[in-house]
This record gives sequence, C-alpha cells and structure tokens, in this order.
Amino acid sequence: MSSLLRLATAGSVDDGKSTLVGRLLYDTKSVLADQLDAVERASVDKGMSTPDLSLLVDGLRSEREQGITIDVAYRYFATPNRSFVLADTPGHVQYTRNTVTGASTAQLGVLLVDARNGVVEQTRRHAAVLAMLGVPRLVLAVNKVDLIDYDEAAFTVIAKEFAAHATSLGYAEGTVLAIPVSALQGDNVAAKSENTPWYSGPTLLEHLEEVPVAPDPHEAPFRMPVQYVIRPRTPEHPDYRGYAGQIAAGTIRPGDEVVVLPQGLKSTVESVDTADGSLTEAGTGKSVTVVLTDDLDIARGDVIAAADNAPKVTDECTAALCWLSTKQLEPGARVLVKQGTRTVQAMVEELNARFDEQTLSIVDAPDKLELNEIGNVSLRLAEQLPVDDYTVSPRTGAFIVIDPKDGDTLAAGLVGHRFSQLKGVTEPEGA
Amino acid sequence: MTTLEAAADAARDNLAALESEAIHIFREVAGEFDRPVILFSGGKDSTLLLHLAIKAFWPAPVPFPLLHVDTGHNFDEVIAFRDHVVEKYGLRLVVASVQDYIDDGRLAERADGTRNPLQTQPLLDAIADNKFDAVFGGGRRDEERARAKERIFSLRSAFGQWDPRRQRPELWNLYNGRHRPGEHVRVFPLSNFTEADVWNYIAREQVALPSIYYAHQRKVYERDGMWLTEGPWGGPREDEEVHELTVRYRTVGDGSCTGAVESTAATVEEVIAEVQASRLTERGATRADDRMSEAAMEDRKREGYF
Repeated sequence: MSSLLRLATAGSVDDGKSTLVGRLLYDTKSVLADQLDAVERASVDKGMSTPDLSLLVDGLRSEREQGITIDVAYRYFATPNRSFVLADTPGHVQYTRNTVTGASTAQLGVLLVDARNGVVEQTRRHAAVLAMLGVPRLVLAVNKVDLIDYDEAAFTVIAKEFAAHATSLGYAEGTVLAIPVSALQGDNVAAKSENTPWYSGPTLLEHLEEVPVAPDPHEAPFRMPVQYVIRPRTPEHPDYRGYAGQIAAGTIRPGDEVVVLPQGLKSTVESVDTADGSLTEAGTGKSVTVVLTDDLDIARGDVIAAADNAPKVTDECTAALCWLSTKQLEPGARVLVKQGTRTVQAMVEELNARFDEQTLSIVDAPDKLELNEIGNVSLRLAEQLPVDDYTVSPRTGAFIVIDPKDGDTLAAGLVGHRFSQLKGVTEPEGA
Repeated sequence: MTTLEAAADAARDNLAALESEAIHIFREVAGEFDRPVILFSGGKDSTLLLHLAIKAFWPAPVPFPLLHVDTGHNFDEVIAFRDHVVEKYGLRLVVASVQDYIDDGRLAERADGTRNPLQTQPLLDAIADNKFDAVFGGGRRDEERARAKERIFSLRSAFGQWDPRRQRPELWNLYNGRHRPGEHVRVFPLSNFTEADVWNYIAREQVALPSIYYAHQRKVYERDGMWLTEGPWGGPREDEEVHELTVRYRTVGDGSCTGAVESTAATVEEVIAEVQASRLTERGATRADDRMSEAAMEDRKREGYF
C-alpha cells in the first residue's frame, strides 16, 4: 500500500468544503492548539457558538471577508499508515481553473455537494475535468445530510445521479463512492455516524486510508527529460558527465539500452547515480543522474527513453487544452509550449472542437476558447519534440501553454486526448 | 508486517518522494534561470535547503551563492554555524545587513525593537543589486495559512510584491519561471514538507544544525507569553524576571522576537518525539511577529517578505 495519497477537493460555493477540510484536519489531530485558539477567538468574534472549522483553511483576508476560497491551498494530515497532501480547490465559478491545477497531480478527487441541492452544474463540470486529467478515483461527499434529516432516499437519489454521470465519463464501478456526511457535525468524516444507520460503507477518512492508489507506472517504458548536465570538472571528478532528471515513467538500470531524443542517439546506461551512491534500479518519481557509456551531445530539454519503446518525435500534434486565462484563444495564436524540460514556440493552427462538459457533447470548430473552456486543438511546433499520448504516459504527455508576451500560463495541455475517450461522449459526424 | 513497521515504511517512502521533488525543483531553476540565490540564515529550514541543493548537483558544487538577510539580532551560535557551512562547501555568501540600513537612516528601528519586519527592504535591494532572478526560500505550506496558498514558483513584481491573484496555475511538475526584467521568482523546494518531515529528514540524513536547536541552559525572561533571551536587542525590563532554564529553539529568527521553548530534547530523536507530542505550531510557539494580527504573514508576503 502506498504511503502517500495526493487528493484534490472540489465543490461549489457554500457546499461546506472548507468546513469539511477543516473537519478532516481537526479529526486527525492535525490542528494544533494555537491554530484552534485563533479559530475559536475568531468564531466568537463572529458571534458563533461553536468553532467555525472553515476558518482553519480560509487563508487570505479577502477569502475570510467574502467567506469564499480564492486559491488552491495545500493541506497536510497523516494517520499512522498514510500521509495525505490535499489540494483544496475553490468552488467559485471564476476560479475553476484552480481545480485543474489541484487535480493535475491528484490520485483521488473528492467532490462535494450540498445534500439539499444535489448534483449541480459545477459538480458535473468538476467531474469532467477530473476525468479528463485522468484522476483515477472519485468520492462524492454528500454534505449537510443533517439538514435533510439524514434522509436515506434523498441521499440515494443523489448518489445514483452522480454514479450515472461518472460512468458516462468512463469511471468503472468500484472507482466511485458516495458518502453521506455532515462536515459541521462530523457525521461519517472520521467517525461513523449514528444518524445514518442505513449507510454501511466506510467513513471518508477510512476510505482515504484504505483506497488503493493507482500503481506507479513502473511497467511503463522508461522516460526521463534531462533537466541539467552535471559536469563538475573538479580534481576528484575531472571527466564526470551525468544527465540529471526526475524519472517521468518506467524504471532504469545500468546496462539498459536507451535512446536520446529528439536526436535519436542510442547508448547504454553506465550508472544511475545519486549523492547517496549509485543505484541498481530507479523508478518513477526518483530524481537521479544518469551516466551513459557514450560521449554524446546531450542538453537540457532532451529526453532519455527506453530504446525499444520510445515516444514518437513530431512537430505537430493534437491535444486537449483546458484554457486557464481570461485572454481568449483564437486559431493562429502563437504561444510557447513547455513539455518535459523543453520550451518551444508553437502555433495553434486549428480549434477542432470544444467540449461542453455540461451536456457531454462536442461543439465543432469553435471560433475561440475562453476561460474555463476545454477544447481540442491542432498544434504546430517550431522544433521536433518527443511526445507521448497523455493517457499512456501522463508526465510526458502533459504540457503547459505560456503566453510569450507576458509569461502567463494560459492552458494545461494533454497530448492526443480525444473527448470520445470519455465514454458516453458522442462526436459529431466526421470528427 | 507489524503496524509499526508499516508506519516506518510509510514514513521512508514519504521522505524519499519529498527529496526527489525538492531536487527536481533545484535542477529546474539551475536549468532555466541566470542568477539564482539561496536564502540562508543558518536556521534549520535553510540548512535543509542547502543540504538538498548539494545532493541535487553532486558531484558538482552547488551552482548558486547564498544570501543572508542579517537583522543584526543574531544568535552567535547561528552565525558561527553559517560561516562554517560557507567555508566547508566553498560557497559565496552575500550579506544584506539591516543594521547598515538603520545606521545610515534608510530604515528606522521600530518602537517594539523587532527587526523581522525590517528585513524586506534590504532583501529586495540585495535581489535588485545582484540581479538575482530566482530566490530559493525554505518556506513550507504547513507553516501558516497564507503560506498554504503559495506556489512552488512564486512570481514577484518589480517591487518584490506578491499578488495572490496574479499567481500562475501550477500544473503537474511543469514550473513556469518566465518573468519580466526586474521581476523575480521565489522558489520553495520544501513546500510539501511538514515540520515533522523536516525533522525526520534531518535525522535520516544526519544534517548538522546550530546547537541552539537542542536543549541547553539559557537565561531567559518572559514577554508576551514567550521566553526571550538577552542580547544586543536589549534584555528584560525591570518588571521582567530572569530565569535560568533548559530550553531549545524551534525556529531561529530575529533574536528580539524569537522565543525559546522549555525542552530537554538534546538529540534529533528527542526533538522528533517532542514535535510529535507538541500541541503548538512552531510559529505560534515562538514567533511574536506572526502573532501580531490574523493576517500578519499575508501582509508581509504582499510587501515582499520571504
């Protein structure tokens, strides 16, 4: 069982997400006395009789004033068996881009709904974004069940509606779970509630502790973007030349045959080094320095890949874009694409489609993409790049789009992603 | 496997993942920026930062200088430690001195004698004068609520200011370090470490720290619920009684506002046990400057603080 679970939460305004996150921190004893004191003082000031746990997580003054969350916040809590990094993403509609940010590294998404309102537009939008980013598991926390008198029938209606939506997005049975909770009262967050005798499933925390984390793609073919060339030229290491990087996918061992892309140079791994010594094997996520048997011209931006299963090298590709900027995208736009450790100029040649995540339908050839919209585009790149399909190798199939004028991050990109990969989406004729 | 063994395994995995993430961040900056610098006070977070930088570029030397914003209210042990580290690794140290600013009138001493808030101007000037474009800090997201919203690459305006609404979405491990001339990026490789992770990692790596992090005898007096020590920043007022106690420091900042905690934890293992049992966050326990107001850190970050 993996010891670290990265999760992202999303919900609409007033679903009580901050309170739920505050409750998780509080019930796992991740809140220390001085933090709690501060919250109690502030709650009394606001005329409340019990501590407002949402104050534990609303960090910025403007958030506290408006009672909403503006920005992704990262929270840390742990039980003896697992550490959790929780990306708490805002529900306010104009900040949906933060959901993409929080979810890009998440292994599980927790979506919140208010039991009185059920599944709403934002819920469907967030679920579609999580599905597209390949977040492997979802939890629907049906919050404020105390306000519907712990009504089983109402909960079941919401759970079924969400399950149907998740299925249409491609989530298999067993990867989605609905839990009736009250963040305010603590029902089924860390402690099993006596108010929901009809619910036999795990509490939210039990589920987070026990849920299988999708295995790292150790079986996937090896990929490592070169970050930096290490050449000490010191008396102790006059001729050392190593390629530093974090393994994006797969495993590497001394003796492995590799190819360096985009050049297509073949070589063999001589050693896999770290400051703690050379390794016999290193897997996904590990930062290492790779020494090759041949003296090659390799620089930052190149990719070292398994020789027998290398990514394709291309100067054009189609990709899904989650548009994160208030500046809109039109065909012909010139942008920068950062993929792996390389940043190249690119042109958006065509907007092929826009995905309407409300209706799970596709709009052909839109004129533009706007903030929070998801589209499929054809890109032409100024240089040849080694790329994988996002669904095959997320870390080498992901890229960001940067505005060359002011450096803003404009979009999250997923190479090769087609909306029809989300089951239940029908593409129009000829798409 | 027993529960204890499983928990130990879990902790090891977690530290390995945090280390790889921090090393990746250092190398990205080395690859994309012209003039990075590591903020280094000699405190535990910046010492850990340097330790990770050394590991990231081994067997080559660290390709960045260090920058110390010196409040003039230092603990002797920490300055000695700083100088020892600089010499041991053959690094270049740039010092921005708050005292110089006070001496020539560019800054005025505050009524309360605290100098932490005075660090911002010398820091920003040192960044501008040296044309530093990336500044590594030891900040962690678990420290404080405004920090929890911090990016790993945090863009600062030409005035050094942090605007929470201008922060870029940060996706996967694809960091965007683009900045205009005069702007710089603060980089936080320890973002995802918690205080417990820092201590567990220090234990695992046997990282040397200044002696004041471990229990020692010290003359202290109580002010605002904290144990302060005598120093060039002044001492106890007449109504403040001096006690000789066994204490240690959980954080090291400006001596006038950094409190000691009563502790007998003399080794890193004892400190870990104490941190686990503690009911106070390290900032709440020992930093008067963060307790000034609900939004103290947010305000200082906006102004360009660490």
